[in-house]
Amino acid sequence: MAQLKERPATSHSASLPHHDLSVSDSQMLELYSKMVLARGLDERLWALNRQGKVPLLASCQGLESASVGNAFAALQEGGCFFFSYYRELPLRLMLGLSPLDIMVAHYGKAADAFNAGRQFLFQGYSPKHPIIINSNVVGSSLCHATGYALGCKTLGEDTVVLVSFGDGGSSEGEAHEAMNFAGIHKLPIVFICYNNKLAISVPQRKQMAIDNLADRAPGYGFPGYSIDGMDILSVIKHTREAIQRARSKDGGPTLLEFKVERLKPHTSDDDDRKYRTPEELDLVRRRDPLPIFRSYLLEHGVITDEQDRLIQAQVKEKIDQATEAAEKEPWPDPSTLLNHVYSP
Amino acid sequence: MAAKSVIEAIREAMLEEMRADSRVMVLGEDVGKRGGVFLATQGFIEEFGEARVIDTPLAEASIAGISVGLAFKGLRPIAEIQFSDFWWPACNQIIGEASRAHYGSNGALSVPMVVRIPYGGGVLGGLYHSQSIEGYLYNTPGLKVITPATPYDAKGLLKASIRDNNPVIFLEHKKTYRAVRGEVPDGDYIIPIGVADVKRQGSDISLFSYGLTMHYSLEAAARLEKEGVSVEVVDLRTLRPLDKDTILASARKTGKVLIAHEANVIGGVGAEVAAIIAADAFEYLDAPIHRIGGPDAPGMAFAPTLESAYMLNPDKISAALRELAAY
Repeated sequence: MAQLKERPATSHSASLPHHDLSVSDSQMLELYSKMVLARGLDERLWALNRQGKVPLLASCQGLESASVGNAFAALQEGGCFFFSYYRELPLRLMLGLSPLDIMVAHYGKAADAFNAGRQFLFQGYSPKHPIIINSNVVGSSLCHATGYALGCKTLGEDTVVLVSFGDGGSSEGEAHEAMNFAGIHKLPIVFICYNNKLAISVPQRKQMAIDNLADRAPGYGFPGYSIDGMDILSVIKHTREAIQRARSKDGGPTLLEFKVERLKPHTSDDDDRKYRTPEELDLVRRRDPLPIFRSYLLEHGVITDEQDRLIQAQVKEKIDQATEAAEKEPWPDPSTLLNHVYSP
Repeated sequence: MAAKSVIEAIREAMLEEMRADSRVMVLGEDVGKRGGVFLATQGFIEEFGEARVIDTPLAEASIAGISVGLAFKGLRPIAEIQFSDFWWPACNQIIGEASRAHYGSNGALSVPMVVRIPYGGGVLGGLYHSQSIEGYLYNTPGLKVITPATPYDAKGLLKASIRDNNPVIFLEHKKTYRAVRGEVPDGDYIIPIGVADVKRQGSDISLFSYGLTMHYSLEAAARLEKEGVSVEVVDLRTLRPLDKDTILASARKTGKVLIAHEANVIGGVGAEVAAIIAADAFEYLDAPIHRIGGPDAPGMAFAPTLESAYMLNPDKISAALRELAAY
């Protein structure tokens, strides 16, 4: 398994850990840029929330490397369909949503690609990208993803479904029912749990009696892996393998547990100082995926400090433009309130 | 035309739709080799195979939720919940998810699924095999809710439901399955969703009902005719959307209204029918609108005496009609 932190600094050569996974230097830079963009957007959204302009934010800070790595692997393998969870802003950038798309989704403007201001951020369906996220009831989407994967199999399509959820969502009965069904029918699906060890304020030890959620997978009849979500190369490797397994003749589902951190409160309405100690938060910040990735790139000569500064500056400019443009976007027309209650 | 039972008509509707459209599939507990506990899918797995006739684990949330996912993919699942009392675990998927997906995606997602649910009492099923759940469903925009009473309606409405692009909850009163027989044409025909049916013409009282109670209502109306009271019996057939035009036309014609359903009277579909009439046909009324139905018990009790006390029957409905006629 590729391990970022255990690799010694080496010269620029074909034996670099990411080269071993056939990831080029320029692809690594692209992934880094997306992570920086995701972080920058997230920070801007916090500021807009505090200004009263964005009603709600579910921060992605802490899972950028896992989300970007996961999306990269899926895009490389191709033919994937996503039932994504609410924190995956980085995945959405990887799938082609622009900073403006991200902004209007948070404002609830009419231009929202997923729901035109009907739901919380990113909920709904964006066929172009293609992602469905349909609910705030965590766990329910695992059933939808499983049904979708069953549909793909029934129609003889090659599509692999990736469904992501949090450790909190894994406690719902529907999550169990979905994984049980997917195992029985060997469906082309990858279950991805972003385990940040907190369901709002409830710690993992009160959510489950096991250390690794992936340990549940054998009970459903398929493999599960617990992976350090800060190790983007490990994320890429395991996601690729899971997609290939889903597609293979005697394959089927895989459960991937990405161990990530939640650097911010559950949402912008939450205050995590009520249930996390300063010491805990300090430990969590030391696992911030951005500095970890940046160090790797610097150590391996993939990026220089100057290039990094350039990326940061470009990202800031993009976010400024998107913020300004989102402000000018129109709100949904009140006369559309009762549109689309029923399908024609 | 041949006389068939309600369950035969339902089976025939699904069989014809599955033969005509390869996207139609059925799933649920026991629907395969067993053919469903009421035999609605008997022989299907032999004809259509395991890919289109899926015996699921006993887990209603996933039966409904997987159907939502299949529908997102463009398939047309027919999910079977074995008894209405077992649909509670599926509530989140039906009320919380299926009903909202089209609206919540601003029209980008559609959920063309049917959930077939046997409901109702009169079979000594006790608290967990007898409930009428339509009131809970009726309250949910985004769902369509159907309750056929006759074999003819059951076949035509189920075919329409399978072809509909929305989540349709198809409620089948289990006592009608074999007790009610009627003429059913061979081959294809559709009864449009949202259209009530005047099952008996009358001029003195309008009696609105559906499901098993509709048959009891017809029997009561026949008795009242012998006593010189002309009762019009309107079978609502579709509860959501309700056929307001037919309801109002009948109420305006007779001026007296009785609504009879097996489900709890309080908060039931009858309350909405009464409100529609009160709002738009008030000037035509000659008596207060009267409702009759399930008492305020949390379910139907098991013992025969208690079940009879809960259920409607032609005697109870006749008594209510006489009272209204005398007003």
